[in-house]
Amino acid sequence: MATTESDRPADVTPGAPTVVVDGLHVKYKTFSSGKKAAESRALLTKQRDVRIVHALKGVSFVAHEGESIGVIGHNGSGKSTLMRSIAGLIAPAKGQVFAASRPALLGVNAALIQSLSGEKNVILGGLALGLTQKEIEAKYDEIVEFAGMEEFIDLPMKTYSSGMSARLRFSIAVSKDHQILLVDEALAVGDKGFRKKSEQRIREMREQAGTVFLVSHSMSSILDTCDRVIWIDHGNLKMDGDPKEVVKAYQASK
Amino acid sequence: MTTIDYEAIAREAGLERVGARASFGAYFKQMWERRGFAISLAKYRVQASMSDNRLGLAWIVLSPLLNAALYGTIFGVIMPRDTRGDEPFIPFLIIGVFIFQFFSKSFSAGAKSITGNASLVRSLNFPRMLLPIAEIIRQVIELIPMIIVMMIIVMVLGVPPAWSWFMIIPIMVCMTMFNLGVALISARLTVHIRDMTQIIPLITRVMFYTTGIFYSLEAVLADQPALLTIAQLNPVHDYVALVRDAVFNSGSAPAWMWWIAGLGGFITLVVGILFFWRAEERYGHD
Repeated sequence: MATTESDRPADVTPGAPTVVVDGLHVKYKTFSSGKKAAESRALLTKQRDVRIVHALKGVSFVAHEGESIGVIGHNGSGKSTLMRSIAGLIAPAKGQVFAASRPALLGVNAALIQSLSGEKNVILGGLALGLTQKEIEAKYDEIVEFAGMEEFIDLPMKTYSSGMSARLRFSIAVSKDHQILLVDEALAVGDKGFRKKSEQRIREMREQAGTVFLVSHSMSSILDTCDRVIWIDHGNLKMDGDPKEVVKAYQASK
Repeated sequence: MTTIDYEAIAREAGLERVGARASFGAYFKQMWERRGFAISLAKYRVQASMSDNRLGLAWIVLSPLLNAALYGTIFGVIMPRDTRGDEPFIPFLIIGVFIFQFFSKSFSAGAKSITGNASLVRSLNFPRMLLPIAEIIRQVIELIPMIIVMMIIVMVLGVPPAWSWFMIIPIMVCMTMFNLGVALISARLTVHIRDMTQIIPLITRVMFYTTGIFYSLEAVLADQPALLTIAQLNPVHDYVALVRDAVFNSGSAPAWMWWIAGLGGFITLVVGILFFWRAEERYGHD
């Protein structure tokens, strides 16, 4: 029961296309090990047992301006791979992705250094996102305040609780405005109050941005924030359409 | 499902393909815009690595010093005196160890600059060349106190200060270009062949012995001119030889070594940039 572009709900009038995903295939090459691989491996002869994981098997869709698209699916279904290839961080094996501007994956986790203070990490994270030194100075207070970290900002990040550092990471990551934004599970951080605040911020970004993709396992935050949902199952696009319908079908499949 | 010509939709809307490699000019423009990221990354990494140790920044100088002490006691005793040039042995050794360390650390850190930052490469968009550059910036930040301490030590050991000491600056500029080129080449090679990280210490060891750290190549290979010429074509040897010449103000390094120092640095850098840039789309993909 796949819905296509043509029979999307009629009450949504989409803007101009901002992202076009055209027959996207992604494959990972990995060296397998363990018992299964060892059985088929003779000493030295077949040392490199290459296993190809077909993560996405021909996904196509068009995203439009003003849309907020939820991406759902089981663990390992290819959601994060889809996000990373839309962002241009993974080269497709086949097919292509087109976009109005370079889509940005929300997150600065990897750029931060745990043994440095929160303050230095705000600067480093901002620079990693492509903000200039001046922009960071201008936004610094706002970032720290949003994270609610005024008291601890001069302490090394490794001393923070996991909730605190998640809040700071989120605040840094949302400090830059993007036209096309990809959010991977970011809403599941922090306490209830912070989750509300971050959902609000995502909504604001969507208004400025044009198109937001949200990957989440939380059906309630998908239903709250998205006006279209894509269901990825074993690397295939299983369903695409109205949030309520898709979420219902997804939950029924479990 | 009906077949839809997605490419036509994209073309009509004026969308561009994501992930296409930027042209050479655009790539350098992007790098220039992001230079603050490379500099801060280098600076903060130095601070972070130092904050974990009790002696902090002192280790930048202490570790080559301990190395020099080790080589000095072992090889100062067992190596015959005729393996040394006319220059005083201990300052000669210290300069060798310190300058060589700039090369070896750039080489090993540069090789790991992409594979070691895989999560960064997989989550953020920026010109990948910034990562090896950040590693070299980091090595340069650590080089400056090293050179200062090195000069103080050789002065204490009785080498008189001279204007020629300032020649160290252009020599180090050439050597930085060379190191950056090597870092870029090894960074890409390590992405293709992970086993590189196992081979790099071996290559470094070979470079160490062919550079002549605790013996003078010119003295040891005096009766083998062909071998000596090959060894002298190694830019690392020439950087070390030129610094020794500058410190002792002895004129021991022939003038043509400047050509190898400069051209070797420049050519290695250009080759490194081109070689690294050509694989830009592939970093972080496997």
